[in-house]
Amino acid sequence: MVIKLLEPTVEVVENLLRVANTKLPADIGWAMEAAAGWERNPTAQSQLGAIMENVRKAEHLGKPMCQDTGIPIFYVRGKFDSSIADDIAEAVRNSTKNIPMRPNTVDPIIRTNFGNNLGNGMPCIHFIPTKDDFTEISVMLKGAGSENMTRLKMLNPADGMKGVMDFIFESVIDAGGRPCPPGIVGVGIGGTADECTAMAKRALMEPLDYEEPDEEIRQMEEDLFVRINSSGLGPMGLGGDTTVLGVKIRKAACHTASLPVAVNIGCWATRRACAKIMGDKVEYSQGAVL
Amino acid sequence: MKYIEAPLSEKDVRALKLGEIVAVTGPVCTGRDEVHIRALEYVDEGKEVPGCLNGAVLYHCGPIMKQIENGKWMVVAAGPTTSARMNKLEPRFIKEFGIRAIIGKGGMSKEVCNAMKEVGCVYLAATGGAAVTYAEGLSVASNVDWLDLGMPEALWQFNTNKLGPLVVAIDAEGNSLYEQVRANLKLD
Repeated sequence: MVIKLLEPTVEVVENLLRVANTKLPADIGWAMEAAAGWERNPTAQSQLGAIMENVRKAEHLGKPMCQDTGIPIFYVRGKFDSSIADDIAEAVRNSTKNIPMRPNTVDPIIRTNFGNNLGNGMPCIHFIPTKDDFTEISVMLKGAGSENMTRLKMLNPADGMKGVMDFIFESVIDAGGRPCPPGIVGVGIGGTADECTAMAKRALMEPLDYEEPDEEIRQMEEDLFVRINSSGLGPMGLGGDTTVLGVKIRKAACHTASLPVAVNIGCWATRRACAKIMGDKVEYSQGAVL
Repeated sequence: MKYIEAPLSEKDVRALKLGEIVAVTGPVCTGRDEVHIRALEYVDEGKEVPGCLNGAVLYHCGPIMKQIENGKWMVVAAGPTTSARMNKLEPRFIKEFGIRAIIGKGGMSKEVCNAMKEVGCVYLAATGGAAVTYAEGLSVASNVDWLDLGMPEALWQFNTNKLGPLVVAIDAEGNSLYEQVRANLKLD
């Protein structure tokens, strides 16, 4: 955690984008090192080694660790003014040029590139108003390799937790090497179809060393972690003991006739950064429990 | 690590063994979704397609590029993209242009493996996300075509220097490391 004096919001968001792009969150780095320690497969070892070497180079050179700088997903929590959306958009435009980030946004039908990571509906911002006396801005850079593997299933309540666990496991196995494993599996259980998918992604903001207080959820996370890593899929789907670095589950109340489950996988480069603005100080970190 | 030099001959690629780790030196061009669509459309319409695709080492990659003072384009970051998106068009693409090697991530379909076997082409798995390391092997673009497709989708050309590490994940006989892993998965 780093505490700095408050700058204009545009600059705070530019700082977030730079940090997220160039510095892997510490919790993911530690998990990767631990994985390299237990991994037995030589191809998997080579993949983990290449990832860790790349992470060191990106941080040292101040370059984006992955060329897919993704779609930046923002979460604004606490007290805020609607003008913050304009500040975030300006920061995205500036950072696309200055970091630089790859211009990723295109028109979905005619596929022309906007050139600035903006366009209709962008940047993607989720607002979470609370009675707190701070403004917290978080960003996650979501690449398409992992995002394209997203799944939602409206299960029947009779499918029970076995149905939920099997669906999550199968989603990760079917995704194979495409979402750049070993990453994080974000899961939403319950809510409505839209809230469920939003929860699955929001879960990826959570640091891997955050201890889940809900006993049942923690047990499910641990069981899935063991089951997925025992599968043998491995880094990049090339085989090995390391397919995920963590599983993060969120839940919400749902209709008595529904059991929605969503899976949103984060690649190994689950890039996040957060700024908590309090008075004239900003506290920077690389994860948040939302 | 084994060093291989592009352009690759059929004999060169047929000599590569599954699981071997290699690095490529020589001409490599990028091509993902839009390059596949346009190149095949152009062939159908009898229009000219950039010559760099013939017998190419094709990199499934949408790099971050930065234009420098002399007008040249320098690579900032350039890791592999998910190859499976190109599954549908790749068999024809391989046959049409005699592609000798594909660099990508995540592997490709059985149909693609069959085309690779027929033509003599290998799939080299790059480590997804290792964009700074691969950028070192690419450096400055030697040329770019179809920049109107946007930075990630353009046909970028490079004279690579030890672009790697890359794992031979599908060999020129169509054997796939991904399939071997899948066949041995523990699914209970």
